[in-house]
Amino acid sequence: MIKFVLMVNQQGQVRLSRYFQPVELSRRAALEADAVRCCLSRSRDQCSFVEYKDFKLVYRQYAALYIVVGVTDSENELSIYELIHNFVEVLDKYFSRVSELDIMFNLDCVHIILDEMIQNGDIVETNKSRILAPLTAIDKMADG
Amino acid sequence: MSDVVEKTLTALPSLLSLDTQPGSARLSSNSKLGNLIRGITELTSKHEEEKLIQRELSSIKEQVSSPNTTMRQMKELMVRTIYCEMLGYEASFSYIHAIKLAQQGNVLEKRVGYLAVSLFLNESHELLLLLVNTVLKDLQSTNLIEVCMALTVVSQMFPKDMIPAILPLVEEKLNHPKEIIRRKAVLALYKFYLIAPNQVQHIHNKFRKALCDKDPGVMSASLHIYLQLIQENPEGYKDLTASFVAILKQVVGGKLPMDFNYHSVPSPWVQMQLLRILSLLGKNDQSTSEIMYEVLDESLRRAEMNHNITYAILYECVRCIYTIHPASDLLEKAAKCIGNFVLSRKINLKYLGLKALTYVVQQDPKLALQHQMTIIECLDHPDFIIKRETLELLFRITNAQNVTVIVEKMLEFLRISKDDYTTIDLVGKVAELAEKYAPDNEWFIETMNTVFSIGGDMMQPDIPNGFLKLLSEGFDNVEEDRKLRLFAVNSYVSLLQGESSKLPQRFLQVICWVLGEYSHLREDLDPAVVLKLLAKLLDMKSSSSETKSWVLMAMTKLCLGGAASSAAQEVSEACSSSLDTILRQRAHELQYLSQNSELQARVLPRSDRLEPVEVDSSLSFLDGFVSEALAAGAAPYKPPHQRQEELSRSKALSLEPYGLSLPISMSSCSITDRQSPTLLSMSSGLSGDSTDVSHKGGSTTLKLDGVKRVWGKEGYLAQKELVEEPAQVEVPSPLRSSSQQGDGDGSQTPTPTPTPECEQEKQQLASSLFVGLSSQSSVCLLGKSESTPQRFRRKAKGSGTSLTASEQTSQPFASPSSAVDSLLCNNLLDSNIASELVVSSSEQTSQLSEGPSTADGACDTEVELTDSDVKGSVPAVSRDDCAAAADSAPREDPDKPEDTSLASHLPAELSGFSHSEIIPVCTDRSLDLSACHVQKENSLVLAVFVTNSSDCAIQQILVRVESEELEVSCLCASPVEEVRSHSVAVCQYSLTVKRPSVHFELAGLVSYQLPVGTPQSVQFSYKLPLTSFIRPLTVTTEEYGTMWLAFSHDTKQNLTLVSDDQEPLAATLNALKKKLQVQVVEVIGMEGIVACCLLQDQPCLMHCRVHAGMLAVWLRSPVPDLPDCLLYHCQRALQEH
Repeated sequence: MIKFVLMVNQQGQVRLSRYFQPVELSRRAALEADAVRCCLSRSRDQCSFVEYKDFKLVYRQYAALYIVVGVTDSENELSIYELIHNFVEVLDKYFSRVSELDIMFNLDCVHIILDEMIQNGDIVETNKSRILAPLTAIDKMADG
Repeated sequence: MSDVVEKTLTALPSLLSLDTQPGSARLSSNSKLGNLIRGITELTSKHEEEKLIQRELSSIKEQVSSPNTTMRQMKELMVRTIYCEMLGYEASFSYIHAIKLAQQGNVLEKRVGYLAVSLFLNESHELLLLLVNTVLKDLQSTNLIEVCMALTVVSQMFPKDMIPAILPLVEEKLNHPKEIIRRKAVLALYKFYLIAPNQVQHIHNKFRKALCDKDPGVMSASLHIYLQLIQENPEGYKDLTASFVAILKQVVGGKLPMDFNYHSVPSPWVQMQLLRILSLLGKNDQSTSEIMYEVLDESLRRAEMNHNITYAILYECVRCIYTIHPASDLLEKAAKCIGNFVLSRKINLKYLGLKALTYVVQQDPKLALQHQMTIIECLDHPDFIIKRETLELLFRITNAQNVTVIVEKMLEFLRISKDDYTTIDLVGKVAELAEKYAPDNEWFIETMNTVFSIGGDMMQPDIPNGFLKLLSEGFDNVEEDRKLRLFAVNSYVSLLQGESSKLPQRFLQVICWVLGEYSHLREDLDPAVVLKLLAKLLDMKSSSSETKSWVLMAMTKLCLGGAASSAAQEVSEACSSSLDTILRQRAHELQYLSQNSELQARVLPRSDRLEPVEVDSSLSFLDGFVSEALAAGAAPYKPPHQRQEELSRSKALSLEPYGLSLPISMSSCSITDRQSPTLLSMSSGLSGDSTDVSHKGGSTTLKLDGVKRVWGKEGYLAQKELVEEPAQVEVPSPLRSSSQQGDGDGSQTPTPTPTPECEQEKQQLASSLFVGLSSQSSVCLLGKSESTPQRFRRKAKGSGTSLTASEQTSQPFASPSSAVDSLLCNNLLDSNIASELVVSSSEQTSQLSEGPSTADGACDTEVELTDSDVKGSVPAVSRDDCAAAADSAPREDPDKPEDTSLASHLPAELSGFSHSEIIPVCTDRSLDLSACHVQKENSLVLAVFVTNSSDCAIQQILVRVESEELEVSCLCASPVEEVRSHSVAVCQYSLTVKRPSVHFELAGLVSYQLPVGTPQSVQFSYKLPLTSFIRPLTVTTEEYGTMWLAFSHDTKQNLTLVSDDQEPLAATLNALKKKLQVQVVEVIGMEGIVACCLLQDQPCLMHCRVHAGMLAVWLRSPVPDLPDCLLYHCQRALQEH
C-alpha cells in the first residue's frame, strides 16, 4: 500500500506531493521535511529503503531530483523502487526528455499521469502508452 | 545499485541541471505560475515565502470570485492554488471554484478541476456532494474522455451515501466497447467495495466477468478487487485458483502485448499481484496449493534475468512458496533464491533477502543456519536499516540458548538509535524475549533495568506493568521468587544510591513499587534507609507528580514503627499542602496509616503472606448483566486487540468521547498487539497507583488471575531438546568445534578488529547466535520438555474451597492500592462495609454461575433471553404488529408438547442427527415460529418451523435470516410460499462461521400475507453457542506439531481440573470431549493435546498440561478470536461439570 509520493529537489524544495491517505495540510510540511531529511542524508552505497516511523520510505535519485514514496511495511520495496523508475520513464516519454523544470511548470500534467498509475495507494496501471492515453487525448482536444 | 541508475542518468541527461533545455517546449516559464515558482525559488527565508504566498493567494482569491474570469484563466488559477497548497498554505476559498471548474470547463479545464478537487478535498468533505451531479452528467456524456475523467475521480473519492445514484451508470460501463472505460469502471467499483462493500454485493459475478475480460488491463484491474475479497474470505474463492494460475501462466509466458513489458519483463506488477493472491489461496490448503506448484516453478525459472524487477517478482514468489502448503523441490529453489539475495553485493537486494529470510525462518529456522555468517556480517553493516532488519530476523529465531547474545545485540543497537519509533518497537521486543527466555535472575533484572532506562517514558505501558505483575505473582518456586525479588531490591537500592535524577519516570515508579513491596526481604536493610532514598525522589525537580504519588504509596507500605514513622510524618506534612489533590490524598493516607500500625497491616498486608484467591476468570457472574445490556442495544464486547485493529483500519477521526470504558486508566491497561490476545488484557491494580482504580468495593474481587501474558514457551519448540543432544546442532563444518561449547559466554561482547581473531570471533558469535536452531525444531512437541530449565514459570494459584474463597475475597488483598481505595471510599474508617458488599456479590456470583447446568441448558437460557429480547423490541420495530405482539406476550408455558410435535416435522434428511431443543422464537396472531439447530457432520443447519395457527391459509411467506458473524444460506430449493391453516412448514438454513464469537445471534424477519389484509412482518432472533460449530479434528501428533507452529493466534489460561477422579487429566479431557466434541490426539503423562475445528476447515489446537492442581491450557488457531471464544466454552464446560 502506497501512502504518498513526493518529488523533492536536493535543496529540499517540494516539487510534487500526492497523498493517498488523508494527512492534514498542517502536518504535511513536517512530514515532508522529515522524509526528505531521511533520504538526503543517505549516501549512494546505502540501501534505497529507509524506515520512517511505522512505515518505509523508498527513494530514488535522478540528478538533483529525489522521488520518495512512503509505503506500508507489507509492500515489496523493490517493486516500488522500480515503479518510481517506470514513472520517470513515462514522464520522459511525455515531456520528451523530462527535466525538473517540466515537472515544476506542468504540475497538473504530472499529477494526471500519476493519477493514472496509482489510485488509493494501489498500482493500477504500468503500461506506458495506456498511462499516457487519456492525457494525450485531452491535449489533442485542447489543441485542436 | 547502480547500473540501472547509471543507465537512467545517461537516458535523462536533461535532469542534470536547471537550465532550460531546448526540448522542453511546454515550459510556460513566462506564465504567472512560472513567476510564482521563480519568485519562491529566489527567496531565502521562510518568512518571505509566507508573505509572497499570502499575497499570491489573496490575488487568486480576488480573481476566482470575479465574474469576468474565463474558465481558461480559472484553470491557470487552480494550478497556482494547487501549488500553494502543496507548499502547505491552505486555500479553502478555492475549493468551490474547483468544483465549478469541473462542472463548466472544457476537457482540459474539466480535468484540472477534477484534479484540484481530488487534491483539495478528503473523502468526508461536504463539498464533495456538489460534485455528484457533475459526475453524473459526465458519466452520461458521449465524449469518452469526459466519461474517463468522471470514472477516474469516482475511483479516487466519492461520497459513500451517493453511490446508489451512480452505481447503475458505472455498472453499465462494464460492458463498454472501449477497454479503458471498462478498466476504469472496474476500478470505480473497487473503490465502492472499499468504502461500502454492501453496496456492490450484488455484482460479484460481474467481477468474474472482468477477470475474464479479453483485455489484460481490465483483467489486472479486477485483481485489486479479488486480492481484497480473498484477504477477507479465502474460502469463498478457491474455485478461482485455476483461473489465477492460468492467467499467471499466460503473463509469465509472455502472451501479453509487448507494451505491457517493463524492461522486457512481462507485466511485472500484475505478476506480483497474482502471486499475492495465490499465496492467500494456497495457505493451509494442500489441494489448492498443488494446482499452483507448476506455475510457481515456472515463475522462478523465468525470473532469472539480472534486473531489479525480476528480483522483486522472485521475492513475491519465495513468499508465496513459503506461505502455501510446502512442496520440497520448490522450497529448495526458493531457499537458493534467498541465498542469492542475501549474498548479493547490491544492497537493496540484500535488504530484500533479509526481509524474505525474516519471513521464512518462522517456517523453517534451518535456513537461518545456512546464512549465519552473512547475518553476522549484516549485524555490523554500516547501513542502519540493514542492521535493523537483521535484528528483526534475530528476534524471530531467539531461543533459550541464544537469548543473551541476541538481546545484547539489540541493546547495543538501542543505545545508538535515535529514532523514537525504533526504540519503542525494539524495547518491547527485548522485554518480550527477556521474559520468555531469561537464563537467570540477575540477567533478567539487569536486562529489564536497561530496558527501563533506554525505553524511558516512551515505551509501551504494558512493559512495566507486566514486569511488576511477574514479580508479584511469582513462579512455582517460592525460594526462586524470593531470590528474584531480593535481587531486584538490591539492584534498585544501589541505583537509587547512585545518580537517580537521570532515570526515566516510569523506571522510578517501578523501583518505588518494588521497594515498597519487597524491601523487607533484605533483612539487613533498615526501612528508614529506604525511606530516605525514596524521600530523595520527592525532592527531585524532575519527578513528575505521578511518580511522587508512587513514592508516597511505597512509603505508606514501609512506614512501620519508630524512626521510620517519624520520617514518614515529615514527608506527609510536606506533601499534604501540595496543590495536586492526588498527592495530598496519598500524603493523608501515609500520615494516617503510619500512626496506626494495626490498620496499616490490615490494609496493606505483605504480598507474600497472601493466600491465593479464587477467581472466576470467565466473569460468568456478569453474564446476566451482559445479556441485559446486549438486549438493551449495547455493542458486544470486543477484545482490545480487535478494537485496536479496527481503530487502525478506520482512518477517520475517532469521535467517541472516551476511549475505554474499562474502569482503569490507560496507564495500567495495556492494549498492544505485542502480546498474544488474551481474554481481557487488564492488569489489575498492581501498578500501585490507586488513582487508577476507580471502581470501588466489588472491584476487589476482580483479580484477574487467569489473564496472563505469554510467558515461557513451555518446551514446545524443540530447541530445548538440544540441551540434551547438542550433537544435533546443525552447523557448517568450520564452526562445529565452537558450536559444541553451546552457551557462548565468551562471545557476548564481540569487538570486531581487523585481525584473524575477528573472523574467529564472528564464528563464535555465530555459534552462540544460531545455537538451538536445528532440523528437529518442528518435530518434538510434547514430552521431554520438562527437563529444560524454564526459568520463570508462573505459579498457578491453588483453588480453595468455595467457602474460603469467598472469605478471601472479602479480604483486601494483593493490590494494596485498591484496598486503600475501598478504605478511603468509606471515609478512611471501616472496610467492613466494603467487604460485606464483596461477599454478597460473590454469593450472587455463585448463584448465577450455577444456573445453567448442562450444555443444553446453556442454550436454553440464552433463548429465553432472546425471547424476551424479541418481545421487548417488537413495539419499536414493526408498528403494525404491535398489538399482536402484545397479545401474545402473556403466553402460557411454551413447552414440551409443542416441541415433540414439531420434531416430527423435521425433514427426513436431518432426522438422523442430533438437534437442539426446539424452542419458540416468536408468535403473533396467526403465526408461531420455532427453531432449532441440527448438528450435521460437516455443517450446521438451522431449522425454522412456521406454524400457521390461524384459520386461513397464509401466503407469500418469506423467512429471512441474517447474522453479522455467520454466513447464512438458504437450503430450501424453493422458499415456503404458502402454509395451510394449522399446518407447519420448515425452512432450513446452512450456517457457517464468518467470524468466531462466543455466541452467535441470528436476526430473522418473517413477512407474510393473510388472504385479507395488508402484508405483515414479524421479527425474531435466535442465539446459538460456538460449540454447535465445533467438530472433532483427526490429526496425528506429527501433523499437530506442524500445524501448531503455523498458527499465529493464541491464548493461554489455567482452568480447574475435574477433581473427582483418579486421573484428573483424563477425566477433564473426557469432559471436554463430551461437552465440546473435541478430539483428544494424544495424552502423555501430565500433558495432552486436543484438536478440533470449526465445521470442517478452521482448526483450533489445544495443549493441556496439569500443573499445580490446575489445567494449563494453551490454544492456537489460524483464525483470530477462535482461541479466546473456545476457551470461554472450555471454562464453562468444566465449571458445569
